[in-house]
Amino acid sequence: MSQQKPRTIFEKIWDAHVVKRAEGYPDALFIDRHFIHEVTSPQAFDGLRKRNIPVFNTNRTTATADHNVPTKDQHLPIKETLSRHQVETLRKNCQEFGVELYDLGHPYQGIVHIIGPELGLTQPGMTIVCGDSHTSTHGAFGNIAFGIGTSEVEQVSATQCILQYRPKTMKIEINGALAKGVVSKDIILYIISKISASGATGFFVEYAGDTIRNLSMEARMTICNMSIEMGARGGLIAPDETTFNYMRGRKFAPQGEAFEQKVAEWKKLATDEGATYDVVLQYDAADIAPMITYGTNPGMGMKVTDRIPTVEELKEISEHASFKKSLEYMGLEQGASLLGKTVDYVFIGSCTNARIEDLRLVADMVKGKKKAENVEVWVIPGSKQVEAQAISEGLDKVFEAAGFELRSPGCSACLGMNEDKVPAGKYCISTSNRNFEGRQGPKSRTFLASPLSAAAAAITGRVTDVREFN
Amino acid sequence: MSKDKFTTLKTTAVPLPNENIDTDQIIPARFLKATTREGFGDNLFRDWRYDADNNPIASFVLNDKKYSGKILVAGKNFGCGSSREHAAWAIYDFGFRVVVSSFFADIFKNNALNNGLLPIVVSDGFLKQMLEAIELNPKTEIVVDLVNQIMQVGAVKESFEINAYKKTCLMNGYDDIDYLLSLNQEIKAFDLAHS
Repeated sequence: MSQQKPRTIFEKIWDAHVVKRAEGYPDALFIDRHFIHEVTSPQAFDGLRKRNIPVFNTNRTTATADHNVPTKDQHLPIKETLSRHQVETLRKNCQEFGVELYDLGHPYQGIVHIIGPELGLTQPGMTIVCGDSHTSTHGAFGNIAFGIGTSEVEQVSATQCILQYRPKTMKIEINGALAKGVVSKDIILYIISKISASGATGFFVEYAGDTIRNLSMEARMTICNMSIEMGARGGLIAPDETTFNYMRGRKFAPQGEAFEQKVAEWKKLATDEGATYDVVLQYDAADIAPMITYGTNPGMGMKVTDRIPTVEELKEISEHASFKKSLEYMGLEQGASLLGKTVDYVFIGSCTNARIEDLRLVADMVKGKKKAENVEVWVIPGSKQVEAQAISEGLDKVFEAAGFELRSPGCSACLGMNEDKVPAGKYCISTSNRNFEGRQGPKSRTFLASPLSAAAAAITGRVTDVREFN
Repeated sequence: MSKDKFTTLKTTAVPLPNENIDTDQIIPARFLKATTREGFGDNLFRDWRYDADNNPIASFVLNDKKYSGKILVAGKNFGCGSSREHAAWAIYDFGFRVVVSSFFADIFKNNALNNGLLPIVVSDGFLKQMLEAIELNPKTEIVVDLVNQIMQVGAVKESFEINAYKKTCLMNGYDDIDYLLSLNQEIKAFDLAHS
C-alpha cells in the first residue's frame, strides 16, 4: 500500500475541491462561498442574462454594498448619480437572481471581507472568491480565498466553479515575541518591505510560526488581507483553537454538536509533517518595529525610525526611475526620515484594519487626549456590527472627545471611489492597504501604518514612533 | 461568449517603462462606476494622461503623437493591486491587443486573457531592448505570432510562454464558461455531496 505524500493545508483544500482535472485544462475548482459587491458584479450579471442562466447556487452567494457607499447619512439616497446607479443595479440583480443582499441600512451590511468572517460565512477548509483582491483576508480561517475579475465572477455565478492552475506554495514563518508597540499590521508591512510588492506573485502563502499562532483572529485577518500586496494570490493560516473560539456561535457557522463535528474535521487541515513548499522564508519577530511606507507601492516601507533609502542603495538599476518618480509624487527626499513629518489626515478603516479590536486599540491609545489641530481624523467601522459594538462599548464617546469623526461602515477613503477622499497634495496616515498614486483621491499622498501608529499621529499631528508616545 | 480571435499581429508599440504599474493607475477607482464593459478606454491612465483641469499632459506617452500601435510595452510587475477587470477592459477599449512586460501580476494576467488581451512575458533583457528600439524609432514594427509563440522586434526574436489552454481560447475566441458549462452534471453532483 502506498503511503500518501505529506501535504500542506493549501494542497489538502485544493485537492478536495477539484471537480475535474483534465489533460490540457486548468483544474475546475469548486467554490464554496462567493461574495459579491456592487463594483465588480454588474457586468457578470449581464453575462448571465445574455446566456439566460441562473446563479448556480444562491445559498453559496452573499452580496453587500461597500465600495461606493457614503459614510455619512446612509439613510438618505446616495447623492452621486453613478454610485447610486451601481448600488441600485446590485439591488436589482440580487432580487432578480435571488441572491441574499446586505444592503445599506441592513444590520449585517459592511465591507465584504469584514462581514463574511463576523457572520460565520467564512469557514476553515473552504474555497472562497470575490471580485476583490483583498479576498485573501478570509484565509486567516484556514481556507483558500482569493480575488477574481468580473469574467470570473460570472464564471462562478454560472457554474460554482473557477478554472485555475494551482499556484506554487510559500511558507512564511515568524517566531518570537513582538516588541512593544508592534502589531500585526507591522508584521505584514515588514514582510512586504522585505520581499517587495511582487515578491510572492505566483504563490499562495501560508503564515506560520509562534508569533502568528499567538495572534487573535482579527490580527490574523490583517496579515492575510495584505498578502495580495506582495503579489500572492492569497495567504492562509491553519485553523486552531483561536479560530474555533472566534467562530463558535456566529450566525451562519454550524451550531452545537454540528460545530464540534466540524472542528474535528478542521483540525485535520493543518499541514502534514514533512510536507514541502516551493519557498520557505523565516523572520524573527524581534526584528519587527512599527512600520510606515514612504512610497507609492506597499513594498516601499520601512521601520518608522529608519530613513528613506537613496537611489544608490537600491538593488536594481531598473528601479531608479520608478523610485524617483515615486518620491517626487510623495514630495519626499531620498535619505530623509519621516519622523516628525506633518500629516493632514488620519484614516482608520478599510478591510485591513476596521474591526472592533482595531477600534479598541485606537480608543485605548487616545482616551482622554485630543487630536492635533492640523489633522482631520476619520474612523470608519468595517461593518454595522462593528459600529454597534463600538457604540455599546462607549468607544464613540472616546472618539468624539478626541475630536475624531466616527462615521458609518464602508470602504471609505481606502480607494477614493466614494465621497471620502484625501485632497490633492495632502498627506494621510492610513490603516488601509494601498499607497498607490491617487489611491485615496487624485494626487493624495498615503503613509500606510498600523492603527496604533495612526492613532499616535492623530494626537501629535505628525508621523510618530508609538514607542515614544505617552 | 465569443471574443475576438487572436492569431498574429503586426503593429507599432507604445513604451511605458515604469515599474509596478498598478491597476489604480491604469484606471482610477472613481471611474469604475459604469455597469457595462465599454468606454473605459477614455479614462485609461487618467491621472497620468490629464491634469486636474482635464487638459492632456503633453509629456505622457499616450498623448505623444509619435507613438501609436496596438502593443503596450511596460515595466515589470504590470497590473499589480486591485483585481478590477476594468483595467483590462480599459486597455482593450483604448485599442491595445497585447501588453508586454517582464512580469505581470496574477489577477491582471487572468483578466487580460479572459478578454482577448494577450499578456506577453519577455526577459528583462529583451524588454530593455524593445523599449530602446521603440524610443529610438517609434515606427519600429513588432510582430506577435501567437501560433508559434514568437515575438519579433526588428531583426530580434524571442519566444514566449503561454499555457496551451489559454492559447486555444485566444485563437478561437472561447471563454472559460463554455468549458465549465459542459461540466454541469459533475458540478451539481459535487455540490450535492458537499452541502
